Amino acid sequence: MDLIADLLAGNRRALARAISRVEDRADDARGLLAALHGHTGRAHVIGLTGAPGTGKSTLVSALARAYRATGRTVGVVAVDPTSPFSGGALLGDRVRMRDLAGDPGIFIRSMATRGSLGGLARATADVIAVLDAAGFDRILVETVGVGQAEVDIASAAHTTIVVEAPGLGDEVQAIKAGVLEIADVFAVNKADRADADRTVMALQMMQGLASAGHHGPQPGPGPAQPGPQADGAWLPPIVKTIATEGRGVEALRDWVEQHARYLRDSGQLARREQARAAAALDHILRDRLLADLLARQPAERLPALVAAIAGRALDPYAAADALLADS
Amino acid sequence: MTDRKIRVLIAKPGLDGHDRGAKVVARALRDAGMEVIYTGIRQTPEMIAEAALQEDVDIVGLSILSGAHMALCPRVIELLREQGLDAPVIVGGIIPADDIAALKQAGVTGVFGPGASTHDIIEFIRTQVQE
Repeated sequence: MDLIADLLAGNRRALARAISRVEDRADDARGLLAALHGHTGRAHVIGLTGAPGTGKSTLVSALARAYRATGRTVGVVAVDPTSPFSGGALLGDRVRMRDLAGDPGIFIRSMATRGSLGGLARATADVIAVLDAAGFDRILVETVGVGQAEVDIASAAHTTIVVEAPGLGDEVQAIKAGVLEIADVFAVNKADRADADRTVMALQMMQGLASAGHHGPQPGPGPAQPGPQADGAWLPPIVKTIATEGRGVEALRDWVEQHARYLRDSGQLARREQARAAAALDHILRDRLLADLLARQPAERLPALVAAIAGRALDPYAAADALLADS
Repeated sequence: MTDRKIRVLIAKPGLDGHDRGAKVVARALRDAGMEVIYTGIRQTPEMIAEAALQEDVDIVGLSILSGAHMALCPRVIELLREQGLDAPVIVGGIIPADDIAALKQAGVTGVFGPGASTHDIIEFIRTQVQE
């Protein structure tokens, strides 16, 4: 069967196999991505990230259904960590997405982080590209809630939703991980909990501090309205959701769509596309350069240098110089 | 430079809610370096076949303790084959010895009862997927 033609014609089996080829970095993966590239660029890519226990999977499921209610087709990529010890992974996000079963307008794919973080960002971008080429209108990417991975994956999304939940100490976590900067929309999930308003207030306070900047606090009456600002910036809305009941999820969807419009109208979309392209190229180059360099070394050379560094016979920069010099 | 992993779907069809065995097996397979997609309890055969298709798995493992295996297993296999999936199907759980031959006749390639070791399951999957 012709994988590319079948995929473009909407064959789900072909789509699933193409994603595997790309994930496995199979021999034909590059040709596949090259052929599909011209068919990409139509989907709006939405990243969802947040600490474990915030209810991301359930929220993804509810958001996908909210999109289906408006007739949009939805691709879901659910990323879970690979065990660094065994190389295996337990991918359980489908457990919370059972409501999406049986809908031909939805395609869910679980993905393990496998190699390095940079490699993950590349692989995620590739899988997004395949779903985009297959014609899905919206692509939801759910990522593990840890530091750099989510910042990297945000570079592959148009709109990033940061999911918080009351009572997890996330007010502090959010500042630490720098996720405030990557959020286009905040979702405070499990909003039926008593301390939900405190989480909302903590986020508002952080936004106030961030937007005050060097101009000092805003003199206007009350806090600024979320969305597009007079100076052309975007103030992320904070949306309360109860994903298990679907509450607040339509508002969340509508904010994502408003952000998509803002990106188009403000010219930010072109800039984000540039940034996505730059990030994709950067990840591929890093991967390739490292792989090429290591492939040219004798098998025992790298372990020998590592041992020399650990034994304090060589510093790591000198080891890198040595590898680069004779490759 | 390929980066191939064995992908396994572990699903619990039918109405019994006892998923400890399925979870033990799922973890053991993960620790053996496989990518395990776990779907949870109360899956219909249709949901299992759909997940197997979307996840492009190499093999499907069903955990059944309800006694409904003679109805569920052939139905899952039928739906997989209808979609052009040739992934082998194995079953774990409470399966009376008298039923094993019939299940294999229906296309189940391996049956693992309560006494089965996870080591045997891992080896069986590796052999099946290599073929």
